[in-house]
Amino acid sequence: MILLLFLLTVAVFLLFSILPGDPARLTCGKSCTPDIIEANRHRLGLDKPPLEQYEAFIGGIFFGREFSEDSPQPVICNAPCLGYSYNRHAQVLGLIVNAFPVTFWLATGAFILWITTGISLGILAALTHGRWPDRLVMTLSLIGYSLPAFFIGLVLMFFVIIKWRWLPFPSYVSPFDNLGQFLQTMLLPWIVLAVLYTAFYMRLTRNQVLETFGEDYVRTARAKGLPERTVVVKHALRAGLAPIVTAAGLDLAGLLGGAIISENIFSLPGLGSLSLNAVTDSDLPLLAGITLCTATFIIVANLVVDLLYAVIDPRVRLGS
Amino acid sequence: MVGRSIPQIIWGRLRKDRVAMVCLVILAAYYTIAIFGPFVAGFVGIDPYKFDSSAISDLGGKPVLPNGGISWQHPLGVEWGTGRDIFAQLLFGLRISLVISTCATFLTVVFGVFFGIVAGYTGGKTDTILGRFMDLILAFPFLLIVMALSGVLTDRLTALGVPQGNASRILYLILVMSVFGWPYLARIVRGQVLSLREREFVEAALSMGAGRRRILFTEILPNLWAPILVYATLTLPSYIGFEAVLSFLGVGVLPPDVTFGSMLAQSVTYFNVVPLYLFIPGTVLVILVVSFNLLGDALRDALDPKAVH
Repeated sequence: MILLLFLLTVAVFLLFSILPGDPARLTCGKSCTPDIIEANRHRLGLDKPPLEQYEAFIGGIFFGREFSEDSPQPVICNAPCLGYSYNRHAQVLGLIVNAFPVTFWLATGAFILWITTGISLGILAALTHGRWPDRLVMTLSLIGYSLPAFFIGLVLMFFVIIKWRWLPFPSYVSPFDNLGQFLQTMLLPWIVLAVLYTAFYMRLTRNQVLETFGEDYVRTARAKGLPERTVVVKHALRAGLAPIVTAAGLDLAGLLGGAIISENIFSLPGLGSLSLNAVTDSDLPLLAGITLCTATFIIVANLVVDLLYAVIDPRVRLGS
Repeated sequence: MVGRSIPQIIWGRLRKDRVAMVCLVILAAYYTIAIFGPFVAGFVGIDPYKFDSSAISDLGGKPVLPNGGISWQHPLGVEWGTGRDIFAQLLFGLRISLVISTCATFLTVVFGVFFGIVAGYTGGKTDTILGRFMDLILAFPFLLIVMALSGVLTDRLTALGVPQGNASRILYLILVMSVFGWPYLARIVRGQVLSLREREFVEAALSMGAGRRRILFTEILPNLWAPILVYATLTLPSYIGFEAVLSFLGVGVLPPDVTFGSMLAQSVTYFNVVPLYLFIPGTVLVILVVSFNLLGDALRDALDPKAVH
């Protein structure tokens, strides 16, 4: 995992500092003169050889760094320093930390919604295998993952907010400031995100449970005369849960890096909107920072999921 | 009883699947329209770039006729503010969308199959290195990376001599989607190859002195087409969706060209007055994606030897 994280920093550095050719040109928006570009190039250390730049980048993460050491007012960027955004005149980490709570609430709420509905409907489908509830769930699942998320978002917005006026136009507040408005704002984004993932989890859960129903130990459990409920919950579901946990961990981690579409449609100022804005005005340091954070979430989630495996499924023991 | 080849068996199963056949017809229609539609449109005089000031009011550019200006001349209405024909925009947009998604899927399959076979068959260090590399690519958030690199890499392609503007952007989308998309397929292929390489026919070929390239691409590759076909059928609609999302967010194909995504993005401004702006391109897009997904599911069922028929 450490190796992967190291490779990640190299890849992000290559993608965002070397690949663009001349990142300094992108640092100062419309009113750019060659002088400003040169100054920024020097202040960001982009005039140094690539290896030295990479050292400074990594050093910044662990020990912090200063931009433009020789100018009278250097920008001090404390560890962990992910870089400095000249377009926004702010530290990348600070921008990310500010936007993170919005994305956190969005991802967590949707996660709870899709895990509960997805798994319970999936189990329902498996238990009624081949009959109408199963077919209904499978059809819903197909529709759910075929509809582009932004289309669902726009349709919901059209009916619920504009046509029927059931909810006010979304405007984000912290849940600690105004819980009512927070819930009104987040309800639709949660649903949009959850629809997409529920579709996938229904199918996954159903297939997992059906598969474990064929296992010998489930038959043994039935033969012992255990109640059907115990067989399903304790034997079939527990073993079938491992792949679901994997998928859930990775999906949640991916979402914590920003749900770009939902945040954009419902104007939530989270990481997704931040990265979209960064793309629009070519803020490479900010983009590199967000990419690095999100990918780190995913790599860490991978590890956590592997560890959870051993807890959930007694057949998997680490190190054996 | 006459022996049947595996493709014949599968085609036989698929033909009995009514949903799959309907989807196949719909998709064939979509591709035909995308290929020939714009030519035909040119003959009839429909043009997605032509402004029609007679169809919109002078003040505010609202379409004169109700429902977004639907008329004989403009069967699906006109764009707010410019009077450009929506039907023509859809024709050309569909073509762009299918070009991007089809090419990207093709490249994804080529990369995925190649690296999957190499990793699975060679094993050892090559496998480990490729495996790590795939982990790394998979750790990148796909949508974010496609968006994030769009500006710089499009510039690079233009610098390499690709015509500026949407030609560069389309090529960029194709390349970046396939470069970050292949590891998923490579993993599937690798798994299959791991079991295939132990089979007798590979051993037989080896003992007859077949070289590595022959084993990989003549002996093993033909056994992989089932998972590859299913994967490609399910990847293509996801790429259509990606292209739509990117254009929707304004980082994909840019004006004056339009695709599903940019039409939907525009619809947001006007859909309280003209809901059809949202629902016309949306429906066309959803039918396309759903057909692909249903066909992919049907293919998977038809190719699954364990399935009951």
